[in-house]
Amino acid sequence: MDTAKLEFFRGTLDVLILKALVWGPLHGYAVTNFIRRQSEDALLVEEGTLYPALWRLESKGLVDAEWGLSENNRKAKFYRLTSVGRRRLRQEVRTWEAYAAAVAKVLGATRPPLPEEIG
Amino acid sequence: MTLPTWRRHSRLSGADPAADVKDELRFHLEAKIDDLVRQGWNPEAARSEAERRFGDVRAIEEIGQTMGGKMERRRRFSEYWSDTVHDARYALRTLRRDRGFTAVALLILALAVAANISVFSVVNTLLLRPLPFPDSQRLVWIAPPPQTCGFSCSTYSADAYDAFRSLSRSYADVTGYEAFTVENNYSFSQNGDSQPATAIEVIYNFFQVLGVRPELGRTFAPEEALQNAHPVVLLADPYWRRQFAADPSIVGKEITLNGKPTTVIGVLPASFDFGAVFSPGKRVDLIVPLSLDFERNWGNIVTMLGRLKPDATLGQAQAEAYLVVPHLCWSNKYPQSCGQYAGKDTMQLRTLKEYVSGHLHRSLIVLWAAVGVILLIACVNLSNLLLARAAARSKEFAIRGALGASRIRIVGQLLVESLVLSCGGSVLGLGLAFGLLRWLAHQGSLALPLLGAVRIDGQALVWTVCIAVLAAFLFGLVPGLRMAAGNLQEALKDSGPGAGLGRRHERIRAVLVASEVALACVLLVGAGLLLRSFMKVLDIDLGFQPDRAASIRVEYDDSAPDAAASSAKRGAIFRQMIERVGALPGVEAAGIADFLPLGPNRAWGSPVPKGKVYDKSVSLPSPLVYVVTPGFFRAMGMRIRGRDFTWDDVSTSPRVALINVSAARFYWPGEDAVGKALTTGSNSPDLNVIGVVDDVHADNVEHSIGWQIYYPVTQEGPDDAQLVVRSQLPPASLAASVLQALRELNPKQTAAEFRPIRTIVDRANSPRRFFMLLVAVFAGLGLLLAALGIYGVISYSVTRQTQEIGIRMALGASTGRVQRDVVLSTLRLAGIGLAFGTIASLVSARVIAALLFSTSPWDAATYGSMIVVLILVALVSGYLPARRASRIDPMTALRNP
Repeated sequence: MDTAKLEFFRGTLDVLILKALVWGPLHGYAVTNFIRRQSEDALLVEEGTLYPALWRLESKGLVDAEWGLSENNRKAKFYRLTSVGRRRLRQEVRTWEAYAAAVAKVLGATRPPLPEEIG
Repeated sequence: MTLPTWRRHSRLSGADPAADVKDELRFHLEAKIDDLVRQGWNPEAARSEAERRFGDVRAIEEIGQTMGGKMERRRRFSEYWSDTVHDARYALRTLRRDRGFTAVALLILALAVAANISVFSVVNTLLLRPLPFPDSQRLVWIAPPPQTCGFSCSTYSADAYDAFRSLSRSYADVTGYEAFTVENNYSFSQNGDSQPATAIEVIYNFFQVLGVRPELGRTFAPEEALQNAHPVVLLADPYWRRQFAADPSIVGKEITLNGKPTTVIGVLPASFDFGAVFSPGKRVDLIVPLSLDFERNWGNIVTMLGRLKPDATLGQAQAEAYLVVPHLCWSNKYPQSCGQYAGKDTMQLRTLKEYVSGHLHRSLIVLWAAVGVILLIACVNLSNLLLARAAARSKEFAIRGALGASRIRIVGQLLVESLVLSCGGSVLGLGLAFGLLRWLAHQGSLALPLLGAVRIDGQALVWTVCIAVLAAFLFGLVPGLRMAAGNLQEALKDSGPGAGLGRRHERIRAVLVASEVALACVLLVGAGLLLRSFMKVLDIDLGFQPDRAASIRVEYDDSAPDAAASSAKRGAIFRQMIERVGALPGVEAAGIADFLPLGPNRAWGSPVPKGKVYDKSVSLPSPLVYVVTPGFFRAMGMRIRGRDFTWDDVSTSPRVALINVSAARFYWPGEDAVGKALTTGSNSPDLNVIGVVDDVHADNVEHSIGWQIYYPVTQEGPDDAQLVVRSQLPPASLAASVLQALRELNPKQTAAEFRPIRTIVDRANSPRRFFMLLVAVFAGLGLLLAALGIYGVISYSVTRQTQEIGIRMALGASTGRVQRDVVLSTLRLAGIGLAFGTIASLVSARVIAALLFSTSPWDAATYGSMIVVLILVALVSGYLPARRASRIDPMTALRNP
């Protein structure tokens, strides 16, 4: 399991990025690290998908970008949640949880389907 | 609104999406390498590992660049937009603060825009838009060139129509209508009451040729145009609504027209208005099929129009017409009448559009130019007002400049302000124009074509937007550039009026006002010339007295076995009518004629003096024929020499006639025509001329007069009967008693309109009156604006010179002296404007020369009164500030700089 790459569901990456920015502005590299660490190396975000996703979020106005200095004094582009982004995150999380719970209920089924349900 | 962070950033370094993407990805790579090195990789290996893991950097970069570019463009746009919104808000705020200025500016703009939109809509409907028929550019009006013998010379006989239609190859089809229709020629009976209605007879294929489909039902079938066919009728939309309450099941019903049951076969669409296209100023209620066979004996009766085949051109059709015309016969029964249409009055083809509105082309262009000048004056005026405001706001702009606003930004802001103003003015103007055009579209008595179709449409709206933007630039640019070019320090140091900037402004404003005066000059001269022409037209001796007379169409039945009996019966009926009506209190004279001057008319060939033989080359015009009763000349106020007809001129007595002066002069030059004889054909008895009638403007008011001949109703058959009553009383008060008298004699008499003769003349003059009035209104508007401009500039300069004037007064200048100075400077301003304006008027007067009636485009009186009016207006507008100047208290002025 540790090396298996989990394919992201469509739109899932956006939520994860938004979540990563909840505590404050981060640059793109920090976002990948956050997701990797938080998922205990289960989710590896490729650069080829991360940056377009970030830029897409920026153009939608869900995040703002600003140039700043990184921990080791390099010029880096920091992304910050806008209030719209924050609102979107809250909503996506709720949707995700509802979805996950529903899927879990189905997968956790212990009884066979009732006859009339088959018919 | 807080400034977004990205904006602050891009402001400082200048946005460059490509570099940003590269920097961002490079940082990512380096951070990765750092991490790998920290985990114990050597730097070289770490770099290649990081690059390997990264994948295709180029591809990501490309995505980043397109996305970044898009974002950047959007960002820039939203930045401009927010600037503009900001400017507009600011403009609204300042305009709201300066209520007086805003109100005046909006009013000026609204008036100018309303004038422009209204005239544009009229021009668009009459000139620019095609006629309201499908493929209308292929519709051709087929007629001889205009002559003095009226409708008879502009129409063709039924036989000629048939021949032309079968011989011509250029047309998909040729149609026509009966040209001699008088108003209220039909009576519609319902529940025993008879109402007059106007019906026009058209050839059965009329609507197919025009391409008009009925709203309900169908159009005519060929067999319905045959003689003795069951009568059918098409209803015009307004008549259907008015008379039949828009009954949707009217088609197929029988109605009673002229006492006969007639089947309604259809209702025409509201968009089709026969009168608007073919007889402006007249309404048509019913359309009935024309029986060509019935008309075959009546000579020239139909106007022709055709639809060209898709591959035929007007030029081809014209060339073909020259070949076809010699084969046309006036009547197939008389071979000698063949070829009669060729020769001097051959056929002239025009597009239908040209026929309908071609003659208005110049008037409309002049009108358009006049409103253009109005717009220009309004812009100059506003420019002036804005300059005055800008002068007061120079410090505000200087401070903004000092704080870093670029000049473009300041000009932009002033332009946005102008745009806000001009949009507001345009919206108001659009409202005004809407009202004006609605009123205009319902002026049924105005003899201008297509007027009912005038409305504000999409094109007019586009035009409005163009005008608004153009105006905003015109009046916003000068003050804007002026402000932006101002010296910041000077403006900041400037302690108020009296400074250099103010003085410079004043010079520009003086130039603006002078040009305003010049433009107003041009308008005034144009209006003056048109007004004088109109007065001259009103002064024309029409040959009859239109005032204090009125006419009503009367009905009679003179059916008898032969012509003599019919004449006798008719004479008796008319005599009774005239005696009865003539006996009414207040009636001075009464008489009947079949047609009235300035109405329909016809000619009956060319009589010649007995014993004279004219050379073939002499063109013998056909006199217009009027069949009248004794007393008609007196009722119309026509002057005769010799004697009037009497009731004793009957079919058994010698034939008699009166001719007009022009005809008499041609037939017997230098001799007295009274007592002479004319021949009208080899086998008709001589026609004795018993009197000569002064020339009457029978065909039109302004053009030359043709020949006229008058026959007694007791010897010739009239086509119709119009009873003319002359009275001291206003016609309206007589209407009831006249109608009652007529009904006592003939219970079937319809309640026809009792129409003052003056209205006939007014209708003939209405296009001229209309254009004259419009140009006069525009000139008045221009004058008002110019006066406002003069007042503004002089008043401002007095305010600016308060201190100076105070000093002069303290040094002993008298009140009169101060006043005189101010008034003189006003006159100097007006004088310069007048000089340029007069020159411009002299040049532009040539353009309207063709619209004038016996008035020279360089009419001294007009120019003189224009100059007097403008100087007076300038004096008044200069006097108010002058009076204020003379009341300046030296002490106050000196203490409060």
